[in-house]
Amino acid sequence: MIGRLLAGLAVSLFTSVASAEEMKLAVTTSFENSGLSGVLLPAIREDTGIDVRLLVVGTGQALRLGQAGDVDAILVHSRSAEEAFVAEGYGTHRREIMYNDFVFIGPVDDPAAVGIASSAIDALQKIGDARPAFVSRGDDSGTHKKELSLWRQAGFKADTFGGWYRQVGAGMGASLNTASGLNAYILADRASWLNFGNKGDLALLYAGDPVLFNQYAFLPVNPERHAHVRNDLAEKLEAWLTGPRAQELIDSYSINGETLFTFNATAQ
Amino acid sequence: MNDIYEGLAAAFWLVVTLDADLIEISLRSLQVSLTALVIASAIALPLGTLLAIRRFRYRRLTISLLNALMGLPPVVVGLIVYILLSRSGPFGVLGLLFTPTAMIIAQVIIITPLIASITHQAMRELWAEYHDLLISLNTSGRQRIMTLILDGRRNLLTASLAGFGRAIGEVGAIMIVGGNIDNATRVLTTAIALETGKGDFALALALGFVLIALAIGVNIAIHWLSRTEREGRW
Repeated sequence: MIGRLLAGLAVSLFTSVASAEEMKLAVTTSFENSGLSGVLLPAIREDTGIDVRLLVVGTGQALRLGQAGDVDAILVHSRSAEEAFVAEGYGTHRREIMYNDFVFIGPVDDPAAVGIASSAIDALQKIGDARPAFVSRGDDSGTHKKELSLWRQAGFKADTFGGWYRQVGAGMGASLNTASGLNAYILADRASWLNFGNKGDLALLYAGDPVLFNQYAFLPVNPERHAHVRNDLAEKLEAWLTGPRAQELIDSYSINGETLFTFNATAQ
Repeated sequence: MNDIYEGLAAAFWLVVTLDADLIEISLRSLQVSLTALVIASAIALPLGTLLAIRRFRYRRLTISLLNALMGLPPVVVGLIVYILLSRSGPFGVLGLLFTPTAMIIAQVIIITPLIASITHQAMRELWAEYHDLLISLNTSGRQRIMTLILDGRRNLLTASLAGFGRAIGEVGAIMIVGGNIDNATRVLTTAIALETGKGDFALALALGFVLIALAIGVNIAIHWLSRTEREGRW
């Protein structure tokens, strides 16, 4: 009896449903955590028949997946890393799709007075001088790279910071959980923050500086390097992502009345 | 504490309303871990028994190694399987990365040493009892193994269930090789990690309670099907 039961299970394993049009897309955590993927994916399936399988990882890992040919395309936000990816021949090209923005999150009582900062750089200078607990992603993601470049512009070296600067090496959600537990400052993308369920005593303290804008780009993996990738589907998906339906869905997506993403793809 | 009550309530509603996503990922958890269990048991039960009855030069070293491998870190297993199955790895052509099959491979590697080790411990004692009888009957090696497996099935069940427990609760390896893809490779443990990341502790806990209930259910079902712990039987 057990044998038959288990044999049935073993059979079911190898007869998994094979969908006709399937592609793998590596995306950053913010795309998934914001909830936007939940709106776009059903519409993509409806319009193009493509079943997009999302691998939700940091930008660093997404680029690695693309280099190894384990995904068909990537959707990330770290311009210099993306341009290197294309220059090294791993991707065919880079197409800008939309942007959202980064925000400074911190304790409501705001000991470092980030709330009255005049710019993003000024906000970081206040934090660097006051040295309150600060949580950094530390995972080589787009958000982490952005934070490090902002620290540099503010005149600090992040690798010389003491114990108040905590690198957690985790995704946006896990890092926000840590910040919530430590009542610490953190740089987060607005979408993940709005969707985050464990805010505790944290609040959005500073946003709006143009240097905090966060551009998302779509990069198909180069079929010349990996013959098995579904470049045809990647191109179809790119056409959809830069089209009118995507524009309408992206621009109208909001949480608690706040718009999260701005569509800015241009016709080629 | 409040989160735990909310988690219990959320778990209750998920189960009562037969939430479609919940059923899907629960079935996938079972499919992956039970398949891994069957494959691992098919390797580990004869292997553990063989180690108990056969004497060979490096036997002690083999047994020590097996015991050490019980503590194999799942994350490392996941990483190695990932590199092997990646498109740029040696088995890349099979296209197995980010499929349930990859998750099963990782779990088999994790639980086989555990099951083999427990099997060996149990069989060593049984073999001490059966040794003279089976030798005097002039049985073949294969017959000896089969006899021991048959008569020691209750201990072997414990060994297998220990393996199942490790497989179904495992997250480090299957997160890496499965990728936690919605509708494809998301299982209960990876879904719990995801919901925790979103800060939705109630849902994460609810999934956790479902996972625990599932593990208990499978254990009870297997005991019931194999009719152990009953009066009048051994």
